[in-house]
Amino acid sequence: MAGKSEALQDLSVAYVMQPVAAADWLIIAPVIWCILVGALLLMLRKRTDLQPLIAIPALALLVLMTLGLLVHVFQSGTLSMTMGRWLPPFGISFTVDLLGAFFAATSALVALGAGIYGRSDVDDTGRRYGFYPFLMLIMAGILGAFLTGDIFNLYVWFEVLLISSFGLLVLGSERKQLDGAVKYAFLNLIATTLFLVATGYLYGLFGTLNMADIAIRASELRGTAPLMTLVTLFLLAFAMKAAAFPVNFWLPASYHTPRLVVSALFAGLLTKVGIYALLRILGMLFPFEREELSFLIAIAAALTMILGVMGALAQNDIRRSLGFLVISGIGVMMAGLALGSPAGLSGAILYAAHSMVVMTALYFAAGVAARLGGSFELTSAGGLYAKNAAIAAMTLMLFLSVAGLPPFSGFWPKIMLVKASLDIGAWWLAGSILVTGLLTTITVGRIWALAYWRPAVHEDQGAAALGPLPAGATIALAGLVAITVAAGVWPEPVMALAQDAARGLLDPSAYVLSVFPVEASQ
Amino acid sequence: MEPILAMLVGALFTVAIYLFLSKHVIRILMGAAILGNAVNLLIFTAGRVTREVPPIIPGDADALTGAAANPLPQALILTAIVISFSFFAFLLVLGYRAFQELETDSSDDMRVAEPVGDKTPPAGY
Amino acid sequence: MRTVIFRSIAPYLTSLMVLFSIFVLLRGHNEPGGGFIGGLIAASALAIYGIACGVAPVRRAIYFHPMAIAAFGLFMSGMAGVLSVFASVPYMSGLWIYPHLFGVEIPLSSVLVFDVGVYLVVVGAISSIALALEERDRD
Repeated sequence: MAGKSEALQDLSVAYVMQPVAAADWLIIAPVIWCILVGALLLMLRKRTDLQPLIAIPALALLVLMTLGLLVHVFQSGTLSMTMGRWLPPFGISFTVDLLGAFFAATSALVALGAGIYGRSDVDDTGRRYGFYPFLMLIMAGILGAFLTGDIFNLYVWFEVLLISSFGLLVLGSERKQLDGAVKYAFLNLIATTLFLVATGYLYGLFGTLNMADIAIRASELRGTAPLMTLVTLFLLAFAMKAAAFPVNFWLPASYHTPRLVVSALFAGLLTKVGIYALLRILGMLFPFEREELSFLIAIAAALTMILGVMGALAQNDIRRSLGFLVISGIGVMMAGLALGSPAGLSGAILYAAHSMVVMTALYFAAGVAARLGGSFELTSAGGLYAKNAAIAAMTLMLFLSVAGLPPFSGFWPKIMLVKASLDIGAWWLAGSILVTGLLTTITVGRIWALAYWRPAVHEDQGAAALGPLPAGATIALAGLVAITVAAGVWPEPVMALAQDAARGLLDPSAYVLSVFPVEASQ
Repeated sequence: MEPILAMLVGALFTVAIYLFLSKHVIRILMGAAILGNAVNLLIFTAGRVTREVPPIIPGDADALTGAAANPLPQALILTAIVISFSFFAFLLVLGYRAFQELETDSSDDMRVAEPVGDKTPPAGY
Repeated sequence: MRTVIFRSIAPYLTSLMVLFSIFVLLRGHNEPGGGFIGGLIAASALAIYGIACGVAPVRRAIYFHPMAIAAFGLFMSGMAGVLSVFASVPYMSGLWIYPHLFGVEIPLSSVLVFDVGVYLVVVGAISSIALALEERDRD
């Protein structure tokens, strides 16, 4: 029993003694909020009418929380809170720098979009299978991964989001979904196991799992064989999570099978968590080893972009085509990681945030298109522009944005990455980014020409239309389109944010200082 | 002790990878179970194997009196066991449902989600 | 498996195991035991009852849907950490109170609330999977 005699001992050797300011609760609040609301919704499983009414305001509040966290981090620098009062590195730290806060805020916006879209896309059966509870729990996993400062904890959040993603993937248990889910589940199991193996080795090497602690000690083992092995293992595990070539095959096999809103959420967020982990671990903790591996990463990046977009060009199903475009975007982010310069990393960060919003919005657009035209197949879709010009115009903006054409949000990070590659003379990397842009334009141009611009193939098409377009779908799509347009027309704030986040990655002293305030001041 | 454990970890990984290369979902499941154990043993070995007492502070002391075993790898393994257990339970149900619905447990025949004999879309419009 | 012996023993065995699981849960703070292992024991007790008497009686006996039990446990565990807001200490800090009940000091803590939550999560999640699999066996 922890008796009362405890008060006589000196607790400051084991405990964090200074009280926690109320504003610092923002560090952990988004994750707790998601878990609590998710649990509440799971208890209300049968009340399918209540679920969206609770979940959508909860997600709106989540957006406010993460935006508040972003502002707080922007004003007062990296923040840290160690669970259970134990002094770091013994307690599990949540450490939020600009990178984590930026990604958290963007993903919360995307999740709000998915919550609103899901109101019309997920029927009662899907809700009984737990769409909204799993949406909240997957957000807990994603936000936990973005905000944590401990590598084993990162692994746990990966598992939380993975298990919730299984639940979302088989919503309704259709044959196609089960087929896709088997491939998704086993291949992701291998990726997380590799991550766990790497974590075990990391603990064996450093004797600590706290990221700030590792950042201090990484230089002791710089470039040694065990550390290089370890970093390569991390690279493989996270590249598999992010669906980079040559370990990308699980994504096109599964992302077109679940409900559309689930595909949209996965395409926007899940692969970006892999990219975040790559940026955090290779970019911040082991920059020297990343430099050694940079050529390998650059080749993988170039192949991912080009083969991804070529896959997209060959597809007949719009959703499968978009799945390959997700992979192609991952290649662009990996290019930024390979460069490793401030410009390269900030380009990768900005592109990841852009991709979260735009890929989700593109899937929404595909869902709206299928509702209007009755099919995801390019052979039979057509005449969508004539049916609803406003939706078609929004979709065109998204198409231009994903291709990286101005004045949309995809343009700026690509410019930053091309310039960063040319600065170090990697003309072939810059060239493959530009070629990818060209091929993406052709891909989306083809979809636009066939599904939107040409006249309807059959006259009766969409006669079995599912009634008028639900307001929720239009609002979610329009909201995300507005974000990509705003970030494209007025890029300075987000660019400055991405550059600050990249500086924080390259010089982790502020990160370390927030976890170990005493040690650093000595 | 470490070399023996290292060899055992290697053997378990070999078995798991061999099973993963099989076409049958049930064997892949077995592979997943063995892989989980292999990784747990690996973490245990990486956390240094020592012949020491559990790290329990006696009631009348403030700190550990002598050398003690490292509890952290065990905490990590416990977490990993819980996670791999829930994973295995999910995969078992998923594999069984897939077998019922798709009437096959061979991954070669699981092609429902893949496009078969697609018509190519028209080149112009 | 539905022999007379098994069916008449099963309810007693189940109740004994559930009682033991609560004992394991409560001793878990300072001695081997705790929410996770206690929850596993309780879930296996329910599984035994299900094997002996069928799934429907188990569902009736636990009244709530297993997933709802798990969700309540998750909620409880999450809230156990939130209590530390009021003490201005970081999330999940252990907080203790020592009420006197009939002259006996009973130490209660937020850690215990967390552990009970874990117990419910494990009971709910494992028994929902076990019951689903047992149900499938018979159709």
